[in-house]
Amino acid sequence: MVEYKKGQGVLNSSKIKDDRVVIRVGYGASGIAAGAGEIYSAIVNHIKEKGYKNIDIKRTGDLGMSFREPIIELESREIDRVILGNVTAKMVPGILDDLMLSKKVNTDYIVAGTNYTTDDDIFFKKQKRVVLKNCGIIDPENIDEYIEADGYKALEKVLKSGDPDGVIDEILKSGLRGRGGAGFPTGRKWRFTRDAKGDYKYIVCNGDEGDPGAFMDRSVMEGDPHSVIEGMIIAGYAIGANEGYIYVRAEYPLAVKRLRLAIQQAEEKGFLGNNILGSNFSFRINIKEGAGAFVCGEETALIASIEGKRGMPRLRPPFPAVKGLWGKPTNINNVETYANVPRIILNGAEWYSSFGTEKSKGTKVFALAGKIVRGGLIEVPMGITLREIIFDIGGGIKSGREFKAVQMGGPSGGCIPSELLDIPVDYESVTKTGAIMGSGGMVVMDESTCMVELARFFLDFTQKESCGKCTFCRIGTKRMLETLERITRGEGKEGDIEKLEELAYNVKMGSLCGLGQTAPNPVLTTIKYFRNEYEAHIDEKKCPAKQCRSLIKYVIISDKCTGCTVCARNCPVHAISGERNQPHIIDQEACIRCGICYDSCRFEAIEIV
Amino acid sequence: MDKINLEPAIEIIERENSHKGSLIPTLQKIQETYGYLPDQVLNILSKKTGIPASQILGTATFYSQFRFKPVGKYVIKVCHGTACHISGAEQISDVFRDLLGIKEGETTDDGLFTLENVACLGCCSLAPVVMINETTYGRLNPSKINKIIKEYKKRG
Repeated sequence: MVEYKKGQGVLNSSKIKDDRVVIRVGYGASGIAAGAGEIYSAIVNHIKEKGYKNIDIKRTGDLGMSFREPIIELESREIDRVILGNVTAKMVPGILDDLMLSKKVNTDYIVAGTNYTTDDDIFFKKQKRVVLKNCGIIDPENIDEYIEADGYKALEKVLKSGDPDGVIDEILKSGLRGRGGAGFPTGRKWRFTRDAKGDYKYIVCNGDEGDPGAFMDRSVMEGDPHSVIEGMIIAGYAIGANEGYIYVRAEYPLAVKRLRLAIQQAEEKGFLGNNILGSNFSFRINIKEGAGAFVCGEETALIASIEGKRGMPRLRPPFPAVKGLWGKPTNINNVETYANVPRIILNGAEWYSSFGTEKSKGTKVFALAGKIVRGGLIEVPMGITLREIIFDIGGGIKSGREFKAVQMGGPSGGCIPSELLDIPVDYESVTKTGAIMGSGGMVVMDESTCMVELARFFLDFTQKESCGKCTFCRIGTKRMLETLERITRGEGKEGDIEKLEELAYNVKMGSLCGLGQTAPNPVLTTIKYFRNEYEAHIDEKKCPAKQCRSLIKYVIISDKCTGCTVCARNCPVHAISGERNQPHIIDQEACIRCGICYDSCRFEAIEIV
Repeated sequence: MDKINLEPAIEIIERENSHKGSLIPTLQKIQETYGYLPDQVLNILSKKTGIPASQILGTATFYSQFRFKPVGKYVIKVCHGTACHISGAEQISDVFRDLLGIKEGETTDDGLFTLENVACLGCCSLAPVVMINETTYGRLNPSKINKIIKEYKKRG
């Protein structure tokens, strides 16, 4: 339950003036995984059963409060706006009866509201939602709701202006940089593609969000697909392209479904197709579903994949701006970058650049996950500190453990330790730590995570995903992985750390694309900030975080064991034996060190040694 | 070799093959229909499109989505993304392996379950997560998994 008080809350006032009631169910992929489908059916069924009238039920995208999902928002003249969290299907009849009969809210489930302040308010207070402004608010499957929220007005504005160069100038002036990770100025990219010689040009949207631990683009595509489409059409107009592709990750079926629907609706309304809004500009968008290859997030590999080939990167130059898809000049930006465009055009470059720092303008969406209290989707002004993100917005570490590190930028990024928590989040400052801004994955770790093991995890990923074209990436990552596996097994040797550093340097230098050039980052940053953990594994054959399976043992403390048999019943390899009500023992030979017994014991009778 | 009905494949190939860059979408449609990419179908695809079979296989094997063996009725994808990893994804895999008696990439003898790993499902705040066919399950623990598997076994 969340603490709450009456008072000015974080939600804007409702605009409803009549007897209408609006119920919004958070229906993004994570909401659905948390049970939003059941909640939605329960609401529909109960309304039918009771014959309640004037209720508008909407399925929205991800509001970002994943830590409270499933969530629903209630809105009416009497109660204004209220968000309820951790809703179950069982609660639904009570919530609806309160809302419809006594015109009040069951305050037990409040997590945010117009007239209530809660402990969760800080989650929203430190955010600045530009890209996410519609996510969780509008129904992404209904174009009218997007239009009502000023949708496609930016497109109208640029078409009326008749000045594609002016559009590029505006984007340049806004300071928007590529949100896919590298941070190249978007306006300059557009200018290159506009200036490139060619009779036909393409716009490509990179929605191949492959970093494990990242779900920003998924949420935007699911929650506000029209903003991406509008951004692409505007880019097409500015650059002189008449066709676009959205490349979406195979694992995001809901995003694909909503994008397809959005494209169809935009065509029906005349925002896509021939002679858009009566202008002489025509544009159409195709969707390509990825097939599961991380390297396709790299722009030249992505292009090869759209062309139906193996997704292997190639040498640049020529850059895609000159020679891209089917050999034509092509502008590639990621989902979040395009979603920023309509807001910038509509509110002006100056407005946008008023957020952020000198070199990193605007806002950035992050996916906050890991051992954090309030994990979810957030958008913050650039320049905010990591400490504010993790401890204020995120509410700090779960289950009272100590913060250890935050991993930014996925397999290409690095781990930032607690002593650097006060750095501002902007492209330059993050890069200085050895991590990268990346696309926005932020995974928070506590003291129970072993940093050597984490480096092994990322190397295992990049090694598998290496396309094999460059020798250093193909073999170098494999050798690095083998070394890390040895260390985590307790077979590390003197000189391993130096060997890793040397290999890391060579892999970075000898690789063609971003995958190889950044693959060593997780290893290098963990060596830099947590060298003592590597040394403990190598010299003492110990895992300080007690995570590496070869270096730990689970032991039952017989004084504390009550013989309840829970651990024995849960052990997947049946390694625990003992009579009921008698202390149990673990057969160390059979034990696979999965830790299930440790997690399931209610008497703290199992220790890791 | 198992006999399979090739008619849907021929229909897919004829429908999808009209525009450039259609190889991957065609393969995706074939897999959607058959659950995997049967050799016979790939041969037909090669004959109908003129793309050498070696090139088709080269493309297909590059992407982790494509399978070359039939799969079970329920495909279990255990998420091993960063958030799931630090929340005990390996433990979750242990439990599935134990319950089903198969390893990743294998299918149970009754043809019901196939076990796979996936890099990230993007539901990080619900870690650890698995996806069974189109349904995602979050905040998992061993007893929840037990219940889920029982449920699917009952459904058959």
